[in-house]
Amino acid sequence: MSTTTPDYTIRTNYTDNLEEMRAAHKVLLEVPFTPSEPQRGYNMRSLHIDLTNLKVTEKKVTQEMVDTFVGGRGFGLWHLWNATTPTTKWNDPENEIVISPGPIAGITQYPGTGKSIVVAISPLTDIPIDCNVGGYYGPLLKFCGFDALELQGKADREVVILIDGPRGVIRIEEAPLEPADSHICSEIFTHMYADGPADLKNVSVVSAGKGSDHSLIGCLNFSFYDAKRKAARLKQAGRGGVGTVFRDKKLKALVVRGPVIKADLNHVADRARIQKVGSVINKEIHDLDAQQCNMKRQGTAHLVEVMDAYDLLPVKNFQYGNHPDTKNIASWVWDKRFTQGIPDGCWYGCTMSCSKGADGHVVKTGPYKGDIVTVDGPEYENAAGLAANCGIFDPDWLLEVNFYCDTYGVDTISYGTLCAFAMECWQRGILNAERTGGLDLSWGNAESQMEILHQIARGEGFGLIAGQGIRKMKQIFAERGWGDLKLMTDIGMEVKGLEYSQYQSKESLAQQGGYALTNKGPQHDEAWLIFMDMVNKHLPTFEAKAEALHYFPLFRTWFGLHGLCKLPWNDIEPANNAEQAEPAKVPEHVHNYCEIASGVTGLEVTKEKIIEQSEKVYNFQRVFNLRRGYGRREHDWPPYRSVGPVTVEEYESRAERYDKQMLEEIGVDPAGKPVEEKIAITRKYREDRYRKLCDAVYKRRGWTTDGVPTMETITKLGIAFPEVVELVQKNGG
Amino acid sequence: MGEPSGAPEMVPVVDRPGRIVVNGDPLDWREGMTVRDVLKAKNYIFPLVITTVNGTLIPRGSYDVAVVPSGADVKVVHLISGG
Repeated sequence: MSTTTPDYTIRTNYTDNLEEMRAAHKVLLEVPFTPSEPQRGYNMRSLHIDLTNLKVTEKKVTQEMVDTFVGGRGFGLWHLWNATTPTTKWNDPENEIVISPGPIAGITQYPGTGKSIVVAISPLTDIPIDCNVGGYYGPLLKFCGFDALELQGKADREVVILIDGPRGVIRIEEAPLEPADSHICSEIFTHMYADGPADLKNVSVVSAGKGSDHSLIGCLNFSFYDAKRKAARLKQAGRGGVGTVFRDKKLKALVVRGPVIKADLNHVADRARIQKVGSVINKEIHDLDAQQCNMKRQGTAHLVEVMDAYDLLPVKNFQYGNHPDTKNIASWVWDKRFTQGIPDGCWYGCTMSCSKGADGHVVKTGPYKGDIVTVDGPEYENAAGLAANCGIFDPDWLLEVNFYCDTYGVDTISYGTLCAFAMECWQRGILNAERTGGLDLSWGNAESQMEILHQIARGEGFGLIAGQGIRKMKQIFAERGWGDLKLMTDIGMEVKGLEYSQYQSKESLAQQGGYALTNKGPQHDEAWLIFMDMVNKHLPTFEAKAEALHYFPLFRTWFGLHGLCKLPWNDIEPANNAEQAEPAKVPEHVHNYCEIASGVTGLEVTKEKIIEQSEKVYNFQRVFNLRRGYGRREHDWPPYRSVGPVTVEEYESRAERYDKQMLEEIGVDPAGKPVEEKIAITRKYREDRYRKLCDAVYKRRGWTTDGVPTMETITKLGIAFPEVVELVQKNGG
Repeated sequence: MGEPSGAPEMVPVVDRPGRIVVNGDPLDWREGMTVRDVLKAKNYIFPLVITTVNGTLIPRGSYDVAVVPSGADVKVVHLISGG
C-alpha cells in the first residue's frame, strides 16, 4: 500500500520580477558597522535609526539598563520613554518602534527561545503597546550585534532597511516597486538579500501590508524561512497597531541578514546547564505532547473545542460561550488541513513545533484570487475570533480571512472582535445596509467579513470606519445618531482602546481582571485564570484572585523580557507535575527558566528573582501609562459584556446559572421577577465585585486605591527616577 | 469603599446518598462509576487535568479503571493553557 504526500512546496511564485525591483532601488544611506556576537546574551549596544534625517547611531547598553530593564520589553519601554514626550502622538515622528529580543533569545537548546518584543505608542490606545513575536528577525538582529533596534522619524519615500551582519553594512534603500503585502514582499526581500539558496534561512524580513496603511489595527509580520516548504513564513506582532506605525514611517520592510546559526552564538555563561534542562523538556515534548495538548500537530487550535466545551468560546460578539457548529472549526479539522510531519518551529531547536501551516490554499477573493498560498495558522485566536465570534463556522473562509489579515498586516484579534461588534450592531439595528454601503453584516456572513477587510486594504467604504477599531466605531456611530452609546459601550469589547482577545470572561471574575487590569489592554498574555477561578474554584476570595493577578502577570512578563515564548511553560507539563505543590505554576518548568537564565547570563536567577525582574518593568509600564494621561482606576473599567449578561437573550441563555447566583450569593429570590430586573440586580452585584477585585489587586501590587504605584513601591523596585517620582506623586502615589 | 470582604470559601456538601461532589458541585453517582465517567459527565475534555478522589491523586493512566465511591469528594484541577 502506498500513500501520497501532498507537495507542500507548490504555491504561487512572486519573485519573477525580482531583478526589476532590485534595479529600481536607490541607496539613500550606507554605513559600515562592526558586527559582534553577544557575550552572555548581550552585545551591550543598540541601534537607533532616524528615518527623517537618514542617520544611524549606535548606543551603549549600560549595566544599569540591564539590571533594571533586562531586555526585550524592558529595553523597548525604556527606549520609548526616552524618545517620546507625554504628548507624543502615535503618528508623530518621534514615536518609535523598538524591537528587542532579550538575553535568552537565540539559544537553540530549549524550545521557544526565538522571540522578540515590539514596543511603540499605540494608535489604538495612546499608551505603550508590547507584542511578543516569533520569526528570525530578533535573534538575527542580536547576532549581528544589537540588543535592540529603535526606529524613529519618518522617511519621505518607501524604504527598506537592511542590516547585513556578515558584510558589516547597514543600508537604507528606496524600494518603490515591491508590493507591501507581506506574503509577497517577505518572499521577494528574502531572495533579494540572501547570498544564494543556502543563505535564505539567514535572512528575515519585517513587513506590514496595505491594511496597515488605512487602519489603526495594523500588525507586523516577522518572517522565518521554512527550508522544507521553501517559503518565507510569517509570525505576527499583532496587537495595538504597530503595523500602522510602521507604514506611517513609510517603511516597506526591515531586512536582517545574520550569520549561520550555531549552537552558541550567545556565548553563554554555562552551556551545560542549559543543555541539561533542554534535553529534559525536549523528551517531555517527544513523549507527552500527543497525550496532552498535541501542539506539534494542531498548534493552539487544539483549544477550539475545549473552549466550546467549557462555555468559554466567544460566539456572536461574546454573547455566548459555545455553538453546535464548533465541530466545523475544531482541532480535528486543522489536524487534517495542516501539513504534518515537517518541522514547524519558528526558531531553531523548538521541538514544540506549533507554527502550523495550511498549504495549498487557493485564494477565493480579492487581489490574489486564484493564487495558491500557504496560510500560517489558524491559531486558536483566529479560529475563535474570526470564525465563532462572528457566527462563521466554515474552515475555508477562516483560512481565507486568516491569509488576508496576515498579508494585509491586519491584527486578526482586533479584526475578529471588531467584526463581531459590527455584526451585533447590525443585529440590533445600529447598522443597516445604507450605513455599511450595502454590506449585509448578518451573523455568519463571511463574504461581508472578507469585503470589509478588502475595503480596509483599499482604504475605502465601511472598511475605513471599521479599521479605526471599536472605540472609534462607537464614537462615530453615536455621533451620527445611529445607536445608543450606552448599549455600544456595554457590548463593544475593548478596554483602553484595544479589542479583547478571544476568551469568555463573564463567569470568571479573576479573568475579568486578567483582561481589564492589564497595562496595554485586554490581551490574555498577562493572565489566563479562567480554569483556576471558574472550574477549579481555587480562587474563592478577592485576596486569592489578587494574588493570582499579582503572580501570573509578573511571571508572564518575564518571557517578554528575555525573548521567550510562553507555550513551552504550560502547554506541556512534566509527567510528575501533578505531584507538585503548585502544579498550575508548573514548578519544574519555572526551575528550567531559572536554569537557562542563569546559564545564559551568569547571573543567578531564582524564582523570586523572576518576579523581581518583572515587577520593575511592569510598574514602570504602569507609570508610563500615567505619563500619557492614563493608568488609573478609571482606565481599568471593563465593558459590561465581559462581566455579565447585557441583554435578555444573554441572561436567558444562562438563566439557571444567573438565577442560582442571585438566590445563593446575592440573597434575592429571582422567582417572578422580569428578566430586565434580574439583569439589573446581577449587574449591580457583579460590578460591585469587580470594584472590590480592583481594590484587592491594587493593594497586592503596591498601588493606591486609584491604581497608582506608591512611592514605597517604586523605591523598593529601584525605578524611582526623577520623572517617575514626579508622576507618581502628582497622581497621589 | 472598605477592605475587600471576599467570598466565603466553598465547602463541598454531599447533600444525599448517591451523590458525589466534583469541584464543589454535586453530581449524581452510580455504582462502578470511574473517574473517566465523572469527567465525561462534567464534559471535562481538557487534557491537562489533575484528579484527586478523597484527596488521593489518580494517575491519568488510571482514569478508566479508578472507581469513585459514593459520597466522594472529587477534585479535577485544570491547569492553565491557552495563549
